[in-house]
Amino acid sequence: MSSNQEPKVSRRTLLSGGLAGGFVLAFHWPLRAAPVKQTEQFRDQPDFAPNAFIRIDSTGKTTLVMPQVEMGQGVYTSIAMILAEEMDASFDKIALEHAPPNDKLYANPIFGIQATGNSNSIRAFWDKLREAGAAARAMLIEAAAQKWQVDPASCSAADGKVTHAASNRTLGFGELAHAAGKLPAPDKPKLKDPKDFSWIGKPIRRFDTPNKTNGKVIYGIDAMVPNMKFASLKVCPVFGGKVKQVDDRAAKTLLGVRQVIVLEDLVAVVGDHMWAAKKGLDGLVVTWDEGPNATISSADIWNDLRAASKKDGVVAKSVGDVNKGLAQGERYDADYELPLLGHATMEPQNCTVHLTADGCEIWTGTQVVTRAQEAAAKAAGVPVDRVIVHNHYIGGGFGRRLEVDMVDSAVRIARHVDGPVKVVWTREEDIQHDVYRPVYRNTISASLSNGRIVSWKYRVTGSSIMARWFPPGFQNGIDIDAVDSAIDMPYDIPNRVVEYVRAEPPAVPTGFWRGVGPNNNVFATECFIDELARNAGVDPIAFRLGMLDGTPRLKAALQLVAEKSGWGKPLPARAGRGVSVQPSFGSFIATVVEAEVDGQGEVHLRRATSAVDTGIAVNPDTIIAQLQGGLIFGLTAALWGEITIDRGRVTQSNFNDYRMLRIDEVPPIDVHVIKSDERPGGIGETGVAAGPPALRNAIYAATGVALRRLPIDRAAIAAKKA
Amino acid sequence: MPFTIKVNGTPHQVEVDGDTPLLWVLRDILGMTGTKFGCGIAQCGACTVHVDGNPVRSCLLPVASIGDHPVTTIEGIGATKTGAKVQKAWLDLEVIQCGYCQSGQIMSATALLAKNPHPDSADIDAAMAGNICRCGTYVRIREAIKRAAGET
Repeated sequence: MSSNQEPKVSRRTLLSGGLAGGFVLAFHWPLRAAPVKQTEQFRDQPDFAPNAFIRIDSTGKTTLVMPQVEMGQGVYTSIAMILAEEMDASFDKIALEHAPPNDKLYANPIFGIQATGNSNSIRAFWDKLREAGAAARAMLIEAAAQKWQVDPASCSAADGKVTHAASNRTLGFGELAHAAGKLPAPDKPKLKDPKDFSWIGKPIRRFDTPNKTNGKVIYGIDAMVPNMKFASLKVCPVFGGKVKQVDDRAAKTLLGVRQVIVLEDLVAVVGDHMWAAKKGLDGLVVTWDEGPNATISSADIWNDLRAASKKDGVVAKSVGDVNKGLAQGERYDADYELPLLGHATMEPQNCTVHLTADGCEIWTGTQVVTRAQEAAAKAAGVPVDRVIVHNHYIGGGFGRRLEVDMVDSAVRIARHVDGPVKVVWTREEDIQHDVYRPVYRNTISASLSNGRIVSWKYRVTGSSIMARWFPPGFQNGIDIDAVDSAIDMPYDIPNRVVEYVRAEPPAVPTGFWRGVGPNNNVFATECFIDELARNAGVDPIAFRLGMLDGTPRLKAALQLVAEKSGWGKPLPARAGRGVSVQPSFGSFIATVVEAEVDGQGEVHLRRATSAVDTGIAVNPDTIIAQLQGGLIFGLTAALWGEITIDRGRVTQSNFNDYRMLRIDEVPPIDVHVIKSDERPGGIGETGVAAGPPALRNAIYAATGVALRRLPIDRAAIAAKKA
Repeated sequence: MPFTIKVNGTPHQVEVDGDTPLLWVLRDILGMTGTKFGCGIAQCGACTVHVDGNPVRSCLLPVASIGDHPVTTIEGIGATKTGAKVQKAWLDLEVIQCGYCQSGQIMSATALLAKNPHPDSADIDAAMAGNICRCGTYVRIREAIKRAAGET
């Protein structure tokens, strides 16, 4: 139904200019007027479909179905590389498809549902994709061996062909597809020895980027359906409030305005285009029933959080005797606080809906395609199998599109519209009705003896996102995300306790935000470690290196970043370098940020350097890009990010008052990828956790001021002497 | 009220209020979705197009103000020599992540290079500071503009 289908892409080369070939991206929009069941594995009948990820037709066209979504992190390219590597596919013949909603076939093995998040696409799918590719390869070889009546072990595969070298015979995958399709899939196909990888580990060019340079890529917000109308919405500005009364007389006189829709919690205007809808919204006179949250402010949220943080928490990790340890040596205590944050994806929230007598069809970009399908079904009042979801490239996820509220509201609006309607949020709605990164408070006590930490008591207080979003992740009072990178902090400390106190902020909905739990715990841990190093009179990197024997991969990353960042070299007055290390998401990363603080307390970024051991780097250029971008995402939040609440509503509204780092504020960023044979780690969120503590520690080095809260308080560091 | 605007060399007649921003005429009426909506208040640059070769934020540009000045969008920029070089440099250095802001980034970069074929870092920062990228591709944008300039 989509009238602006994306043309095929054909460009695949190594960045270094070696291998050439066509890597085709094909979209299979169902060309049907009425919704049909979207549960069958494949619509066409391929000759060879050994599993849910691969199908090969008689021409050799090899279609790979992407179980994870592409939101910029490069995962479509990495997934295709893994499948193609084990298959020995020809990259010229590969086409990619977004997976349809189907948890049975495409669930993320870690979550058990079709979800893309937690930087785990490659970690979760590594074995499954390799086995899928290897099974296909084994079956194609078996088909050729049977045809030639030779031992399969005497055959080999490469570049989409099977060869029997002894008799100099070769058949293409397309020629073998039909016969291979009649064979049983092997239970335990033999995987390649990583030393034989020909694609994995090389910087392969992304297949999704050519159409992102010429306007042809289609995001959810670009979906165009024949005869569609355009709508925008306004939700009660106070969380949980309702519509009391609407005067739509003026709005309805505007050119292009077709319809005003009033629901319990929101108003929407439907028009011939977004401008009509937006002007119509501005023309409405709405009286709200603001409800019980209308008195909540940021002060209430912080007071509640601070009170909760004084309680004992649930013990998530205990080693040695922390209280005995605290009684030895010199004791230090500190609290660290992190603010509410919005996601501000560049693509505002949107969803296009077409309700018919038969069911519901939606067009959007989501990180949780089966949840989007379920949300649409519920809001439309139809069975799940009557909902077709067209998933799209995503213009920034960052966790925002792990939620389905934009689907729910769009379908509820569409129930009042005759024909298809695209619902697009204004940026103001996007900022003011986000699902926010929660406030956190971390209370830490430690003792130092002979320059080493002997005891470490760490309490994290904050919202449990898992309890709402993924209940198996919240058990016995412990949210596994909230304590991530705290219970597994990397330092050798003999006495250690980690506690968790669940505290939900009043009024404000909370959700995952790129970097998730590690953002909070890496920040608090690394800030406090720097303060302890200073109290011990030891260089921050030397202090850390002395406690990392148990985590050698992190120790090696730290040694490398010390060398690459110029650690210890002279700097101007009020400039400093700060370091952070982290074991988060299965990757080992050390980062140095260099910054200067001017007399007014403004912070100027000078340089950032990271060393990363992420195990096998499937596509090394993507690793570098994710670190560069993640650091900027995290530094943006450290320098500017805070959502504040006044009278139950969000104070900020757009990029003028919810500030983003811009190009003129961004320093050179160097990323050094350490070669490793370990299993791949996660990467998409790592830089976000790395940037803020390294920056804060740079400011600490430059000014001597130990900031304990983000965003950076300029007044606290203005005109202070280092 | 009817307006005729020339986009990528082709005239289009549209019937809208004169205050309708060019962005929504392009996207919702002409179906040219390459130009993106990001903020609606000229703060993010996602909607950048060229009018007479100058970069403008189409989210605040009323259609009535365009007259017969030619409009170029991301769909048409590859037909210009400088635009094609910028697109190639963007791919050679693998600038793009999610890509949503990149139409605007490429339009701003092309406008810069068309006026100033050899910009220094300060010129690049000044010309590109109006374009936000949430994925944080700025480091590579800077390199790609220099790469494109080197190939001029």
